[in-house]
This record gives sequence, C-alpha cells and structure tokens, in this order.
Amino acid sequence: MSESPAIPETNGKGAAAVLAVGIASVTLGVFTLAGDAVPAAAAFFNIWNPTGPLSGVIGFTILIWLAAWWFLSRRWAVQNVHFHCVNLAALVMIAAGLLLTFPPVIDFLQGK
Amino acid sequence: MEITFRDAVTVMHGMAFGGLLLLTFSGAGIALYAISAGGWTPAARENRFLGWYFSAMAALGWVTVFAGAYLVYPWYRARPPAGVTDFSGYPQRLLMSSPATTGWHDIGMEWKEHLAWFAPLCLTAVAYIFLRYGAQLTRYREMRNAVIGLVALAFFAAGAAGFFGAMLNKNAPVRGGANIILMRSSHE
Repeated sequence: MSESPAIPETNGKGAAAVLAVGIASVTLGVFTLAGDAVPAAAAFFNIWNPTGPLSGVIGFTILIWLAAWWFLSRRWAVQNVHFHCVNLAALVMIAAGLLLTFPPVIDFLQGK
Repeated sequence: MEITFRDAVTVMHGMAFGGLLLLTFSGAGIALYAISAGGWTPAARENRFLGWYFSAMAALGWVTVFAGAYLVYPWYRARPPAGVTDFSGYPQRLLMSSPATTGWHDIGMEWKEHLAWFAPLCLTAVAYIFLRYGAQLTRYREMRNAVIGLVALAFFAAGAAGFFGAMLNKNAPVRGGANIILMRSSHE
C-alpha cells in the first residue's frame, strides 16, 4: 500500500475534538452536582429507573458532547485556531468537571 | 468451583473490559513517548495502526462504562424490601450499614460512577485525532500535547475507577442469580 501524501490540513477539527471533551467534562460536573443537590433535577435525570439519575446525567452529557463536537467541527473545519487557547480552555473545563464530580467537593458546595 | 451470574458480569465489566483497557495504556504510553520525546515519526501505516489502537481503547472504554452503568450498577443500588436485615444481596445498603465501609460508597462509588466516563470521552477524541491527522500530527505540537494530556486523564480516570471498583467488590460483592459451574472438583 502506498504512503498517503501529506495533504495540507488545518488544526480546527482536532481543536474541536479537544474542546468538546472539555465541554463534556464541565457538563458532566454540573449535571452531577445538580442531580445530587436538586431533587427535581434528580427526578429529571432519572430516565431509566434501575440506573437512576446517573442514566440521565450520562445520557445528556453524551448528547451535549456530540452536539458540541459537531458544531465546533463544522465551525472550525477549514480554520487554523489558536490551539494553545483551546488547550487552556479544555484544561480549565476538565479541572472543573473533575472537581464537580468529586463527592467531598459536591458536599462542600451544598454546605454538608 | 462456581460463580454467580452477577459475579460473572461484574468480572467481565471490571477485569475483562476494564482490566484490558488499563493494560493497553502501556502501549499508548510508549507510542506517545516515542513520538514526543524520542523523535519517532511514524510512517502512514504505523499511524493508521495507532489510530485503530486508540479506537480499540475507546471502544473498550465505552463497553466498560456502559456495562458498569447499565448492568452492574442496578444490582449494586437495588433497594431491599422492607424488613430485610441481611444486606448481602444489596451491596450499596451493605456498605452504608457500617461507618467502617460507608465511605466506599459515599466517596468510592459516588465518584467512580461519574469519573469513569472521562476515559472513553478522552480516548474517542484521541482516536479521532490520530485517524484524522496521522503523520501530520508531528506538525502540531500543541495538538500532541493535548493528546498526551487526554491519554493521561483517561488513564487516571480508568485507574481510579478500577481501584474503587475492586475495593467496592471486596467489601460488598455484587452477587446473585444463577450459579455457573466453572470446574467440578475431583473430591465431590
């Protein structure tokens, strides 16, 4: 099989994939906190009873992740974006997501 | 030598899918180190292989978390009927019945059930980047840094979830259902 030629490529689609992970992370964190702190949110997220609110927290997070990835990928399809800024934004959102899924932080934010 | 159906599914979730995923991180780590610090420029064929390698990792991650959330977790969180005092078939209740073990649920399971999802999310992005950019990834230092960060985060998420999963199952095994005979003893 012949080697594929080096096609000029922009970095936009790669940046979209990275930033979408950041968006998914912070979404997961916010939904986790909401599901734990707000009974109405827990009931909303309870889309499959055996798994409970986790089913909706995960389901809606995946939907938002795919939608964000699709949107960013289309928007940045032929662009070269400032990847350092994308990494920084993704890092902040991932850190927020990690913190908001950590039970002691969730309890602290609720004053427990 | 027997194992219950729920034990078997939990073993598939944690050891077959999750354990295999953790093993694959060693290959990913070596490849990323060789590309980033070792100056290795993979050929097109090698890049395609790496793309499919990370795709397999992502697939393992998704299978692991979906099996955990939709097969094992419902058994774990099952509520015992009123009046039941033997919680051996209700792992969450069993853990929460003692101050010595409640933390495994309050922190261990409560974190694991969300943290684990970071792994397939990150690995899917990494697989996409390798398949899309291939050899051109060497031109984008910041994108390579992102890939390394995402793989490191996926490893942390999978490792922490695996650790808590193992500890949870030691303290309150998910058990029940039909018995599966793995081997008959010669002393029967």
